[in-house]
Amino acid sequence: MMKEIDELMKRPSEWLRGTGPVSEIVMSSRIRLARNLEKFPFATRATKVSQGEVLAVVREGLQRTGAMRQSHVFEIGDLDEVDRQFLVERHLVSREHIVHADHKAVAIGQGEAISVMINEEDHLRIQVMQSGMNLQDAWTIIDGLDDELSEVLPFAYSSDWGYLTCCPTNTGTGMRASVMAHLPSLVITKQINKVLHTITKLGLTARGLYGEGTEASGNFFQISNQVALGRTEEELMENIERILKEVIHQEQAARESLITNNRTQLEDRIWRAYGILRHAKTMSSGEALDLLSAVRLGVDLGLMNGLNRTTVNEMFIFSQPAHLQKLEGHALTAKERDTKRAELIRNRLGGPA
Amino acid sequence: MLCELCKQAQATVHLTEIVNDQMSELHLCEGCANQKGAQVESHFGLSDLLSGLADFSKTQEPEEVSSKACPSCGMTYEDFRKVGRLGCSQCYATFRRSLGSLLKRIHGSPIHIGKSPARLIKPAKVGKSELAELKRKLEQAIEDEAFEEAARLRDQIRRIEQQEQPHAKPKKS
Repeated sequence: MMKEIDELMKRPSEWLRGTGPVSEIVMSSRIRLARNLEKFPFATRATKVSQGEVLAVVREGLQRTGAMRQSHVFEIGDLDEVDRQFLVERHLVSREHIVHADHKAVAIGQGEAISVMINEEDHLRIQVMQSGMNLQDAWTIIDGLDDELSEVLPFAYSSDWGYLTCCPTNTGTGMRASVMAHLPSLVITKQINKVLHTITKLGLTARGLYGEGTEASGNFFQISNQVALGRTEEELMENIERILKEVIHQEQAARESLITNNRTQLEDRIWRAYGILRHAKTMSSGEALDLLSAVRLGVDLGLMNGLNRTTVNEMFIFSQPAHLQKLEGHALTAKERDTKRAELIRNRLGGPA
Repeated sequence: MLCELCKQAQATVHLTEIVNDQMSELHLCEGCANQKGAQVESHFGLSDLLSGLADFSKTQEPEEVSSKACPSCGMTYEDFRKVGRLGCSQCYATFRRSLGSLLKRIHGSPIHIGKSPARLIKPAKVGKSELAELKRKLEQAIEDEAFEEAARLRDQIRRIEQQEQPHAKPKKS
């Protein structure tokens, strides 16, 4: 039987297109809303029975919405380790969601723009992703879906404190809006720590490519709001947009400075990265991320003809461990993955077989 | 990023701390974080520091009984302090007093002004009930001497009232 999850593999997620506003710096924008059902205990106090009921109620609720009627629901417990990791790599579920899989599920909408995690820390974690700097469209989509769901699901809500969540850091709007920014020039010019430090003082937080607790790799930084209560959703987004605009400006200035003052060194770094990617016979995922980051910078600066951003974006995701194993059709050891990863990238860049 | 303490190993633990509404960050390697007594978990984050904050809140409000249990899920405030997560939506009412000051410390404000579930909005009275609610919150904020909050609410009320006027005019003409 052809598994439905394999259908996802056939095409990259829409948010990887590398289009949308400021896509030379911002890879994607994401908004998630945490929602819980009244009357059911949160994850900390849940039983298998209550989680089973939550799953059934939420599935039924999703069926009654316009956007998610056609969605596909995957129960995490039905998936093997590679498939679970595959969902994490595509940013469809959190890393926490794939451990202790009982009654956990994810509903995935068309083009993977919308996903709803069921029985994560909160009963529902609704997420919308868009390509480029585009929180506004993400908000329009998620706000509409949330309205539809709130007509059919009794969300835990108080007029004083807003949406009631398992963790009090999410209480209120239950919203986390985040922007995945590629900031290689701020890293090269050693300004990144200063920038990240300033961001945290302004009520935002920066994380790595795969969210909380992950290290920044490939020079990608996920920047999101820290507080969720006492501001409207629009105000929270405006705050991120305003600060991001400044960060983007700094990255652009650093890129211009590198081009003007250190062009040879910059081009050398980029073309060496390209050379290794195009010819290497084995490559770890860490090395691939770093080199792809350099090549992406080259593409974004218009230094590399014939290579487009979408191809580079796809290599970031398809060279991840579970994607490689899905492509290959079976489990691979770390050593085998390194060989396959190098082969995949060589092929994409038209290098020697 | 290198560990800010030993400056040798890669920092994998990122601590965010809010004390008196001032946020600070600390980036540590796992070794140094363990030495600092930080509890290293897969999703280490702000929430894991809540136990500390909740303790703080207890010292300010000694009348909260830490063994009081939520009638709905059985969680005690003591349990909450350990895990930093609540047990059910009823916990918010059970631990209302302590949570109010905790939420204010985390978010800088204890009052929700964002969206509400569609089913709670009575279509005919959207503007009026929302406005009444905001005015009630404004009074509360002034009473609590939360002046920043009060100023924001005042501006929001003004915005809504201004928005309503243009709607009213065409009706008259």
